[in-house]
Amino acid sequence: MKAVTGNRLCDGAVVYLKDDDQWTVHIAEAAPFQNDDSEAVLKAAQTRVGEITEAYLIDIADDGAPSGRQALRETIRTAGPTVRVDLGVQAGGIR
Amino acid sequence: MPLLKLHGNDLSPALEEPLHEVTLDDWRENPTAHTDATALVLPNAQSLSDIKCDLNGFSVVILEFPTFKDGRAYSQARLLRQRYGYTGEIRARGNVLRDQLWFMARCGVNAFEFSAENANDAKTALQEFSYAYQSCADKRAPVWRRRFDRSVAA
Amino acid sequence: MYRYDEFDATMVAERAAQFRGQVARRLSGELTEDEFKPLRLMNGLYLQLHAYMLRVAVPYGTLSSRQMRKLAHIARTYDKGYGHFTTRQNIQFNWPALVDVPDILDELASVEMHAIQTSGNCIRNVTSDQYAGAAAGEVEDPRIWSEVIRQWSTFHPEFSFLPRKFKIAVTASDTDRAAVKVHDIGLRIHKNAQGEIGFEVIVGGGLGRTPYIGHTIRNFLPKAHLLSYLEAILRVYNLEGRRDNLYKARIKILLNVEGAEKFATMVEKEWAAIRDSDVDLPAEEIARIRDYFALPDFEDLSATDDAFEKARTKDKDFARWVRINTAAHKRSGYSIVNISLKPVSGIPGDISDTQMEAVAGIAEQYSFDEIRATHEQNLVLPHVRQDDLYAVWKALDAHGLATANIGLVSDIIACPGLDYCALANTRSIPIAQRISERFAALGGEEEIGELKIKISGCINACGHHHVGHIGILGVDKKGEEFYQITLGGSGAEDASIGEIVGRGLSSGDVVDAVEQLVQFYLKTRQNKERFLDTYRRLGAEPFKEALYAAA
Repeated sequence: MKAVTGNRLCDGAVVYLKDDDQWTVHIAEAAPFQNDDSEAVLKAAQTRVGEITEAYLIDIADDGAPSGRQALRETIRTAGPTVRVDLGVQAGGIR
Repeated sequence: MPLLKLHGNDLSPALEEPLHEVTLDDWRENPTAHTDATALVLPNAQSLSDIKCDLNGFSVVILEFPTFKDGRAYSQARLLRQRYGYTGEIRARGNVLRDQLWFMARCGVNAFEFSAENANDAKTALQEFSYAYQSCADKRAPVWRRRFDRSVAA
Repeated sequence: MYRYDEFDATMVAERAAQFRGQVARRLSGELTEDEFKPLRLMNGLYLQLHAYMLRVAVPYGTLSSRQMRKLAHIARTYDKGYGHFTTRQNIQFNWPALVDVPDILDELASVEMHAIQTSGNCIRNVTSDQYAGAAAGEVEDPRIWSEVIRQWSTFHPEFSFLPRKFKIAVTASDTDRAAVKVHDIGLRIHKNAQGEIGFEVIVGGGLGRTPYIGHTIRNFLPKAHLLSYLEAILRVYNLEGRRDNLYKARIKILLNVEGAEKFATMVEKEWAAIRDSDVDLPAEEIARIRDYFALPDFEDLSATDDAFEKARTKDKDFARWVRINTAAHKRSGYSIVNISLKPVSGIPGDISDTQMEAVAGIAEQYSFDEIRATHEQNLVLPHVRQDDLYAVWKALDAHGLATANIGLVSDIIACPGLDYCALANTRSIPIAQRISERFAALGGEEEIGELKIKISGCINACGHHHVGHIGILGVDKKGEEFYQITLGGSGAEDASIGEIVGRGLSSGDVVDAVEQLVQFYLKTRQNKERFLDTYRRLGAEPFKEALYAAA
């Protein structure tokens, strides 16, 4: 499964595309897409240049967590620095 | 894609006059076939040593800015002005963006095939900086000279 | 230190205004991200893993108390209460919002600071010796020439779109604290046989995926010609450097393909055509800049102070800190104080807003208002009276800033790594933390002596692993973090590129491996030689054996 991610333009926060086409900072709320459909969804997301930047696809497991080769990177990206667990989404610091 | 020309500090849209363009290689290979050529096109990789004689008779030299990142033509423009004494038009072609015009003008470019539509933006871009630290191919006095002039006047 | 006049101030303010316009154009949709990206990068604004990152220039590492307080204010107001000093004497903020950056740049401009040319394929912020103006034995203050280069390189119209980024470092001491041999251009100020002062010009050093030690292309360049000579080098590079391959675009590749001799000939030929043009500054302008770097009003003090000696005898921790963290000053009765930003378990280079305020206050009271940032991610108070050292130590200690480990095994350079960086393959900081914890538990750091560990989270080598006595490079193997050890590197006057020793180690094994290397060194060293010297004497083999006995 895939999810669409990017960085919010105004503050750079890591966001994911939800079912309702809005963006969320919580990966658990990300809409999962079948691998075949995901490219088209990404293309559409990439046109939303006033909202986000650097959109791309990530692999997610059935439970919605990052998976595959980039799992560590994407886990850190969604949670925050492992060396500052008081910061980032993991600390509730970003909405 | 308007053509803009710099007269002194004034940048204004200019009429597109038809140019007969020739690359330096073609010109050198067979000048007699290009006797009506008015514009010399210099690719980025072109070495400019020995160019002095070739410049005679051309009123326009076209330099290429293929991407934002490729800055060879800045050196070429400056060499044409400061080393080879070329006083005609140096025209920037390619990816000619608003935020690069200041650098191009300082290096001696005085005509721009501007990539955006709004010529006023280009005008604004050339007025964003009042001073420059270095001497270059424009007439602008570097800051160190202004400092010196001011201290002499004081 | 240098102060802006109306020209400097106007240019920085106009640049901030220009960027405010560019941000507005991006937010309104007039600029796409592809168009905006190079513009934001030229103002030091990156997009990292979690947020934007703003890299603020600290030209040649010199800061006033007022500037440090402004950095604290920015950290508190626009970021998350801290900043990160980098290996290029700059400071990075890890969480600024794009919409706030124009305001941040205005704040910086109000204290004569900016983020100009801290990224992009241009001449980057010039770096220098953090002991400049204070070091015993220095030929002259390298910051004079660093400031000359700063002004010349700022918005240079010809050299703002180079094949790749370009870094210049300047030193004026025999001990090289500025790593001049691993810069695109390294300048070493020295005296020739006739007693004249000039530059040794070293070109083509660099780290990254193809590390090189620079080549001296001119032994002695008269000072007056500095800028025309630099301009000749940059022009050759701008026209001849490769642009078809990102990884072969640095000047080190051009120089090594052409050969140092031929490259030098190309530069000399170009220089001959411009050396008498008006590129070089007139003597009046150099004198004007030089005046800003006049020595502060030092008092005539005796070389020893009774109260200081007494404190040293009485307080062993103070004595240890003095031994490890202070250096000889050019004036008797004064010392150079290093402030370590590498506490045990700390994040190398990180400093909180309250710590920044504390350093600003201490510098104001005890160091003529001056602070330096070092390429080893520490800070320096350049001019402290010996009889103030005890008070300074106490004040630093109250803010967790008195770790005594400068140059020792826990004074580790580490890039931000995968905890922050969008380019990284692995984390760096946790390795540094665990190594510092291990050696804190073992004790005996001072006995181990000078040992420079440098950690990079990817092959771009921002953590300078190639020039670490022990270098650690993070590599990704099928999504897992592994670490490759290099040995025998140095970024100092005895510069060398470290050799890779064997296969990568898991993150669990790498700290044990470092300990094993150190233990082997302690067993085999002769006459208090450094780790690096033992390695150079014995070669890689015995160290490899020791390393893989542990893993």
